Amino acid sequence: MYGLGLIKGLGITMKNLVIPSRQFNVYQYPNKRATPWDLAKINNSKPFTYIAKNPLTTIKSFVGLVNVEEKLPQHPNFRGEEFAWYDNRCTGCASCAKYCPLGIIKIVTGTSGVNSQEGQSYDLEVFDIDIGRCMFCGLCVEACPYDALHMGSGFEEAQYQRSNLVIDINKLKSAEKKPSTWFRPQLVNQGHDPISGDTADWRKVGRHEKPSQEDQSERWAKR
Amino acid sequence: MTGIRTEPVTVNLGPQHPSTHGVFRLRVTFDGEEIIDLEPVFGYLHRGTEKLAETRNYTQIVTLTDRMDYVASMSNNLAYVRTVEDLSGIEVPERAQYIRVICAELQRIASHLMATGFLLNDIGALATPLIYCFREREKILDLFEMLCGARITLSYMRPGGVFQDADQDFWNALDILIQELPHYLDELETLISKNEIVLARTRSVGVLSDEDAIDYGVTGPILRASRVKWDLRKANPYEIYDRIDFEVPIGVEGDTYDRFHVRLLEMQESVKIITQCITQIEKGSIRADVPYFIRPKPGETYQSVEGPKGELGFYLISDGGVSPYRCKVRAPSFINLTPLKKMMLGWKMGDLITILGSIDIVLGEVDR
Amino acid sequence: MYTSFYQLIDFHSFYDMYYKIFESLGLSSSASWMSYLAAGGSLSFLAINLLVLATAFYTWFERRTIARFQVRRGPNRNGPFGLGQPFADVIKLIMKEDTIPTEADKPVFTIAPIALLAPTLLIITVIPIDDASFLATLNIGILFIVGITSVNSIAIFMAGWGSRNKYAILGSMRGAAMLISYEIPMALGITSVLLISGSLAMTEIVAKQDIWFIVVMPMGFFVFMAAATAEMSRTPFDQIEAESELGSGYNTEFSGIKFAILFLAEFMAPIVTSAVVTTLFLGGSQGFDFLPGQAWFVLKMFVVIFILLWIRSTWPRLRIDQIMGFAWKILMELGFVNIFLIAIEVAVLMDPVTGLLTSQDLLIMAAINWVFTILTLVFLANLLGKRNYDRPDPVPSPLANMQPKGEK
Ligand code: SF4
Ligand code: SF4
Repeated sequence: MYGLGLIKGLGITMKNLVIPSRQFNVYQYPNKRATPWDLAKINNSKPFTYIAKNPLTTIKSFVGLVNVEEKLPQHPNFRGEEFAWYDNRCTGCASCAKYCPLGIIKIVTGTSGVNSQEGQSYDLEVFDIDIGRCMFCGLCVEACPYDALHMGSGFEEAQYQRSNLVIDINKLKSAEKKPSTWFRPQLVNQGHDPISGDTADWRKVGRHEKPSQEDQSERWAKR
Repeated sequence: MTGIRTEPVTVNLGPQHPSTHGVFRLRVTFDGEEIIDLEPVFGYLHRGTEKLAETRNYTQIVTLTDRMDYVASMSNNLAYVRTVEDLSGIEVPERAQYIRVICAELQRIASHLMATGFLLNDIGALATPLIYCFREREKILDLFEMLCGARITLSYMRPGGVFQDADQDFWNALDILIQELPHYLDELETLISKNEIVLARTRSVGVLSDEDAIDYGVTGPILRASRVKWDLRKANPYEIYDRIDFEVPIGVEGDTYDRFHVRLLEMQESVKIITQCITQIEKGSIRADVPYFIRPKPGETYQSVEGPKGELGFYLISDGGVSPYRCKVRAPSFINLTPLKKMMLGWKMGDLITILGSIDIVLGEVDR
Repeated sequence: MYTSFYQLIDFHSFYDMYYKIFESLGLSSSASWMSYLAAGGSLSFLAINLLVLATAFYTWFERRTIARFQVRRGPNRNGPFGLGQPFADVIKLIMKEDTIPTEADKPVFTIAPIALLAPTLLIITVIPIDDASFLATLNIGILFIVGITSVNSIAIFMAGWGSRNKYAILGSMRGAAMLISYEIPMALGITSVLLISGSLAMTEIVAKQDIWFIVVMPMGFFVFMAAATAEMSRTPFDQIEAESELGSGYNTEFSGIKFAILFLAEFMAPIVTSAVVTTLFLGGSQGFDFLPGQAWFVLKMFVVIFILLWIRSTWPRLRIDQIMGFAWKILMELGFVNIFLIAIEVAVLMDPVTGLLTSQDLLIMAAINWVFTILTLVFLANLLGKRNYDRPDPVPSPLANMQPKGEK
């Protein structure tokens, strides 16, 4: 019958209005309105003690005036900013630089003297990633043969100047390392979850255990 | 009517217009509300993808294809890597083929959801069906995030397979999705395809006959809406489509309603394809042993896949180097725009918007 | 208890107050007309500002409700539940640069927003929010409304024509055509109310509704609602703005305070319309005793507004020729049939001496009208339905030749 479809349509929108599970999974980005219970959880105290201690905040949070920061939850595979780079692993081979479609990784190496045991070794003088032009394709990570470079898990790292977006070697060295598990199955196997704040040191991130100093010296000595 | 002197009015629809789906310009001449002439103008989003491809190596071009049809990156990746594989004779492991098909079908659902939603938005439904569509699309994007760490610019496929195997999270989420999706699609269908206002706006509007559709080289849902049963997945089965059983839905007369209804039916078919893939897939390798820098023998090839918008093809010429000598894209959105004038002349302004919406163009692909 | 409070916002209390003030100032000779003016001015000032405030909250309500229909959240950042949002919007709009296109017809362009807002504001004067709360008791109240709303089409045309923009002109052309067409079914819907109430005064109409007129004549309600929706240019009839087709129609070129006024007028229309609907069909301030009449009135308005929003968030928009066809081919006929029926009923049932209809008479009318309405709608639906649902199964084109490789 004509007109029935219109009424059915009204029924469907009403259904979507009333059923809570139909609501779009919206996060109150970037801040979430917090109830006293949330606040207690954040401050690691029992709800009632928290309410007793902070009556004013509690009242405010009941009215809906207290916000806490909330970031979108992501999968550990997320390809994000803040590249995790391990200088202990990097050999300066520049595979990453060569493989980047945009050529935004700049590497300058210098000799660091001759190590009698390992032969010539390189020192990295410059390792710049120009995040401002990066498209987070991850090809550089895929190319790194020594598992020294990893995608990060952050986002929303806006800066006022483009030059601040260039991550230089010092920043990379000192940054907190939360490598994404993207293209790093060994991290997945270890149950590493960068989103919850896990960090990983250079020993953990490799596909192969790096030979120990003794092993190396043995191998080199034999030759 | 005699006595009243009237004048046609030329309106520039776009490049900044809410319903041109990007920076697309239509120079339309109206007689009152009726269209008497129109001329599409494009090129506002030209980024020189084909030329850029000549300076990248074969793997790096994958990242460029993401940005062509940005609501269906997976299909673009698939079309491109298939061409490279054909050019350099790479055998793709079976598991990789299954994963690719699953991804392509998920992407087809996502793209069709977006097309349907925006078509309804163009009809004037104040974004409600659009947001219902987006809610479902979001779930698919979440799946992609689990798979490859990105949501839009995926770069998931590589010549020789895919770069990373799907982990358990993905399979679990996929199971839930394909259980729920048919229900939501049914709901969408009730909300829209039985709605009398939508029927009044779309039935018999902007008819494209089967002959015209073939003559203009139109492909994809638009061709199928014009009763032509042509689907590359059946006509020239690539990947593992020959092992899968599915229907090719067609329309009744080739009007706006058919174009949008064919998409709804196709989504149901895609769900079927994914279900079959899940039961058939086996463990194995996901990437052939391919060097980082592929150097195909000199030669040329054309390969195409059935993308969400139509036949998406890549034509590559190799001169033996690390990057192609020439890369040409057969962009379905661009070619589907050609019968625009045929469909629109004589209709009203409101129909112009719905017909354009029913073609489902993505300007990133039209201008490349 | 309530009356004492609401009498404060009453013309006479204002008048008395000003009269005393002027008298104490020693102006007793002219105190009468001066206090008349002053009381009127204060009351208008109060009413306009209250209405503007109500509109501000209405925008919030509309955005939240529609967002919920669209499974979103809606504005929720400014203040508790996003209640500060309308004020932020207004401040933003006022702070913006007020541009006038160089080619625009400046006086027309400037007057248009005011011409659009004024009629909407004027309507509220004759609406009785309760037995004692109204600004004016016009004995031709409803006629006043019909007359004053006609100005809208001129204002919209002025806005479109004055801004010298092709989209705006297209939008205002559509607007002029549509608004004028829909005034006829609207008037027909109102006429059927008048046949029963026997009076043009709004208070009389409310008083006559022993049984709400929506129950007595569903058809009249349908016709009036459809026409009123079109007058407000809401979906499914929002051709004037048609944001997916015309950008934003007649208000494309407006910015700053002018846009704010247009916006205000546009969002005030649903409030005013729902007030009129409540008065004409939903028994005005009638209700049970535990709430004051004003509260009932507002409650009913909210129900009407909610239904309007529900429709707005569900249905798409009709094309302009279909809208005009609906007005002239369906709505007007329904209106005439309804008037015809009601006229016969009134003629038969009315007490010839007193000229009154008892509530029993109204119940009889309601019974007849409901049966008749359902029959008509079913008949109409079947008549229209045939064309759209009968669709053959798809036949593959003979030109198609899809043969998988290797199969012959
Ligand atoms: S993620 Fe891609 S664009 Fe960014 S540095 Fe790595 S290779 Fe270059
Ligand atoms: S590819 Fe890896 S090891 Fe080589 S320079 Fe880059 S980060 Fe260092």
